[in-house]
Amino acid sequence: MSVHITRADVAKVAKLARLNMSEADLDRYTEQLAKMLDHFEDIDALDLSGVEPMSQPFPLVNVMRPDVEQPTLDRDEVLAMAPAAEQHRFRVPPILGIDL
Amino acid sequence: MTPRTAVDTAAGVRSGSLRAADVLEEHLARVASREAEIHAFNLVTQDAARARAADIDRRVAAGEDLGPLAGVTIALKDNLCTRGVPTTCSSRILEGWKPPYDASVVERLAAAGAVFVGKTNLDEFAMGSSTENSAFGPTRNPLDTSRVPGGSSGGSAAAVAADFATVAIGSDTGGSIRQPAALCGVVGVKPTYGAVSRYGLIAFASSLDQIGPFTHTVEDAALLMEVISGHDARDSTSIPQPAMQLRQELGKGVEGLRIGRITDLPAGADPGIMARLDAAFAALEAQGASIVDVQVPAFTYGLTAYYLVAPAEASSNLARYDGVRFGMRVEAPDTNAMYSATRAAGFGDEVKRRIMIGTYALSAGYFDAYYGKALKIRRLIANDFAAAYAKADVLLTPTSPTVAFELGSKGDNPLAMYLCDTYTIPTNLVGHPAMSVPFGTAELGLPAGVQIMAPTLGEPVMFRVAAALEEAAK
Repeated sequence: MSVHITRADVAKVAKLARLNMSEADLDRYTEQLAKMLDHFEDIDALDLSGVEPMSQPFPLVNVMRPDVEQPTLDRDEVLAMAPAAEQHRFRVPPILGIDL
Repeated sequence: MTPRTAVDTAAGVRSGSLRAADVLEEHLARVASREAEIHAFNLVTQDAARARAADIDRRVAAGEDLGPLAGVTIALKDNLCTRGVPTTCSSRILEGWKPPYDASVVERLAAAGAVFVGKTNLDEFAMGSSTENSAFGPTRNPLDTSRVPGGSSGGSAAAVAADFATVAIGSDTGGSIRQPAALCGVVGVKPTYGAVSRYGLIAFASSLDQIGPFTHTVEDAALLMEVISGHDARDSTSIPQPAMQLRQELGKGVEGLRIGRITDLPAGADPGIMARLDAAFAALEAQGASIVDVQVPAFTYGLTAYYLVAPAEASSNLARYDGVRFGMRVEAPDTNAMYSATRAAGFGDEVKRRIMIGTYALSAGYFDAYYGKALKIRRLIANDFAAAYAKADVLLTPTSPTVAFELGSKGDNPLAMYLCDTYTIPTNLVGHPAMSVPFGTAELGLPAGVQIMAPTLGEPVMFRVAAALEEAAK
């Protein structure tokens, strides 16, 4: 397919992946990702029409458990490992009124 | 010196002729003398191990039967959750985190009487083939400390090779058990996808990850598989069948078995490695097996399919490291700024690279061209293997194209590192079992591994062949 990934593409992907990047990071990743995508061109010549995609190796469908009460993780033990907790909940910075 | 195998150790401890405490102290003494040089562990849990060994000895003395791993020392890859014991994935982003639960594998090993000696180093989030990509520094190969132990389960492989623990547990997403086993001269098994519960294994690529053992002997590997395999309701991809019984297969020999040689295997393995593969075919033929030629044309596209599928799944799995529920947080005025700052500070270079390529492969406009195509190649590989297994019971390849390489020798070239996994990746894509068995030495007198591959749930025949190769290597 010979796509040439641009610095702008990399900046967009970094934003989607929630990774802050410096200008130098963007240069480096643009070069490295382009090399990887070049290598992946070995599959361009394959005729894959009519081939059924395979998303997992051992398809089990509708895996259910009996609908019975089971112990859950200990709430205090879980919250003790969080960066910040308050009133038995995870505490985060403001989520409203910001530019997404 | 106490026995080197799990089978002999457990037999001794259960009969009372060997004390678990003595077994442990011998291992801890070796850790004390060489760990500074090897760095197999992120954490050595000697106090908990001593308490555990003493408890086992007390219970044996009281007449209790403690299970097939009584007093056996085990090292756990540091991506397996251990309740109350730090579990880092060798990443800054999880530094200091203590899981609130045990992985199912950890529970099963404990119930069988195992003594955990520590958490082993890995490439960050299991992404790598050398254990150089650890936030806590590289692990060195005990056989030559200027060289890598392989990866990503390099700490587990090194721990067994250096006799820091009798056996170890690792995880294998594209070769991360088999390749380090080959480079360190030990046995390493990647079971059939779904044969061993992944509950409590910190996810890298969920459709590829599988937990398996590192051991000195094929019999120990069979024993470990018997303990850790079998259905687990907490893993929805766990195959609904009981634990495997593999030790009974070991004495059966290979007479009449058809051993497949892949005639269109991708080139690139060193001559010494290929010579050992030829020797393995010859040894099995001498024991009554027949060698058959097979083709697996799509094998060669495995690398590309893998380096699209695995990063795509990883980019999704690693979205959870956002500074909210566990691990580190870099404070910022709003959540998005906090996520992006935390992830930038917490993840290492290779992890970021894979998140980036995975996010790109899944993004609008590129999904069909990359991820969608990779899934179709996965099907082609499965079809080719199915045709090959119509003619052969198992397939043999090299495990790694080279012997252990020097630290830093792959430089900053991700693709050079990825090529280490050429022979191991295809089995992960199709979910088949495969294992590496040490088979003599190749370049520079360093160990060579032969990889035995088998179809889904083909562990019994795979272990038969492994036992025959082990015998021939003696």
